[in-house]
Amino acid sequence: MSAPNSSDPSLLRGLTQRRIGRRDALKFSGLAASAAALAACGVQGKGASAPASAAPDAIAQFWNGKVKNNKMRFAGWPLYMDPKQPELKQFTQKTGITVKYDEVIQEMGPWFAKVQPQLSAGQSINYDLMVITNSFQFTQFRDSGFLAPLDLSKLPNYAKNAGAAYKKEAFDPGNQYSIPWASGMTGIAYDESKTGRKITKLADLWDPAFKGHIGMFSDIQELANFGLLAVGADPAKATPEDWAKAAAKLKEQKGLVRKYYDQSYVDALGRGDIWITQAWSGDIFQKNLSDNKNFQFVIPEEGGTIWTDNMTIPVTAENPVDALMLMDFFYEVPIAASLANYINYVCPVPGAQAQMRSDAAKLTGDDKETQLAVANSKLVFPTAAEYGKLHYYVAFESQSEQQKFQKTFEPIVLG
Amino acid sequence: MKNRVKRQLAPYLLVLPGGIWLLIFFAVPMITMLSLSLQEGDIVNGYRFTGHWQTYVDALSAYESQIVRSLIYGAIATIILIALAFPVAYWIAFHGGKRKSTYLFLLLLPFFVSFVLRTISWGQILADEGPVISPLRSIGLVGDSFHILGTPFAVIGGLVYNFLPFMVLPIYVALERIDPRVVEAARDLYANPATTFRKVIFPLAVPGVFAGVLMTFVPASSDYVNSAVLGSAGTTMIGQVIQAQYLVNSDYPTASALSFVLMAVLLIGVFLYARMLGTEDVMKVAAR
Repeated sequence: MSAPNSSDPSLLRGLTQRRIGRRDALKFSGLAASAAALAACGVQGKGASAPASAAPDAIAQFWNGKVKNNKMRFAGWPLYMDPKQPELKQFTQKTGITVKYDEVIQEMGPWFAKVQPQLSAGQSINYDLMVITNSFQFTQFRDSGFLAPLDLSKLPNYAKNAGAAYKKEAFDPGNQYSIPWASGMTGIAYDESKTGRKITKLADLWDPAFKGHIGMFSDIQELANFGLLAVGADPAKATPEDWAKAAAKLKEQKGLVRKYYDQSYVDALGRGDIWITQAWSGDIFQKNLSDNKNFQFVIPEEGGTIWTDNMTIPVTAENPVDALMLMDFFYEVPIAASLANYINYVCPVPGAQAQMRSDAAKLTGDDKETQLAVANSKLVFPTAAEYGKLHYYVAFESQSEQQKFQKTFEPIVLG
Repeated sequence: MKNRVKRQLAPYLLVLPGGIWLLIFFAVPMITMLSLSLQEGDIVNGYRFTGHWQTYVDALSAYESQIVRSLIYGAIATIILIALAFPVAYWIAFHGGKRKSTYLFLLLLPFFVSFVLRTISWGQILADEGPVISPLRSIGLVGDSFHILGTPFAVIGGLVYNFLPFMVLPIYVALERIDPRVVEAARDLYANPATTFRKVIFPLAVPGVFAGVLMTFVPASSDYVNSAVLGSAGTTMIGQVIQAQYLVNSDYPTASALSFVLMAVLLIGVFLYARMLGTEDVMKVAAR
């Protein structure tokens, strides 16, 4: 797969920037955060673990008596919305609801650690809507009963306009607690001048010829996904036996791997430390552009993965009705198109593509080119063939299953 | 009578603010962590105190190699630091003249930049195609696959770099207060420069070295930034493990247990070290 127009700056802007912001910047605030949170002591869970599916009466129970308050707060990620917030302005105009948008989430682990104490005490976290990735923490939020069950009947635009693939994601079947904000892909990036050949498959990440110059992700789910795909398992359906096989496969690779990277893999690739690496699609195009490089990005033959960031309502939200309205608003085709045009991540509204093309027709010059490039990009609007190669993450049934998964793969990353 | 009570109370009142501070920000978190390390459960269903010491056993057996590695890296870095810092401190103290404070300022100057940023920039400098390795490779001094990043050298180098001032400053302070007349006296008694150093200057600088070791070995052993930025999976230090257990796995008991083990190991190490060096004497010299 290649970018339709890999020299276009605005196409690349959104494809890349979010991950840099969230993974990198606050990486090292971890210790302080952990000290503070440990000090908070007495880790209460929710005890009565919420089931993975919300009963209909749970929906009625939650929404009963909730009214529109004409205000809400939205917890998002850095660079995940045009800073001028045009969509939110339109929303306010249309509904009278004012939205306070804060880019407060940089990484899922720390975010969960931060809001967990309030949520388990039943207190408001001061946000009515938050965007969370389908990571371990999504399961933790869901199973702790921290997410409000969504009243899908209040989400007509979502029902009408969301792509079919987004209605059956393994981490939240039937969208009982979440609907997507945007998605992205994980594949392989490489420097052809160093590898000396085209890379097409996962097995290339195990090629001894690249010893010491192979990069993998330190994120356990990302790493495990590739191990699972390499042993022919579908991550979302893999069994603990598959995990063990995948872990063994990844251990074989360990001697060849230079390092298990966070976002810094982009720099390592740019500096020539690594020649071939696991990668997030957009980063590579951004790198090519900013440093005048010619790195390639492929979805391997065995498959790549797709992750989704999701809009959810914390169960203690003070303005859930307003939040639900905003969620649906982002599924209006022109709004979805406007958002995708800025962030350039995979758009969960297929109809936005035609909208962007017709919007582009009204523009001229560079703006037109830019918008068309985004609209025609397979990275923003993947075709059925691309979706076919993309796999979803492992979905965990329980905490103990998740812990087992972590313990299976953790020794690979934590030497 | 009243005065006597006041006089007796005074020291306690004086120690009160600091004492409360310590109680709130040291003792309470410590006890919390100790309790946490003995709890069982998971983040969703909550952790409950069960006095589960097995967590310590499990954590130790799972991460023993990372603990040992951290202590070894910390020790090596500390030894290199002494070797590097002593001459610097000596030169500034005895030959710095009027510019002493300028030199000290220069030494500290890089530390006005966040140490994470500085560590990341070492990643750039030592990159495979960076300004250090590229020329070496092109003149054939090192092989094609030679690299520094991702090796223990890079991590220990990073530790040494980041903790240098914490070794230089205490040694400098100790050397600075050596009375020049003591050195003159040694010379008058026909001690050559080497003997003067060995028998007079160094022993008087020991308190500085002692403080320097405390200020570098302890944080260097528990550091996780250098290994995360400059190292690889094979250089994982215990600080990284604790961070991952806490923030990635939400495994608070294991994270707390490892923190306690690390603290205990370091405390015992420091205690033995103090006993060996004879803290009493050291403190006496330092207080002089």
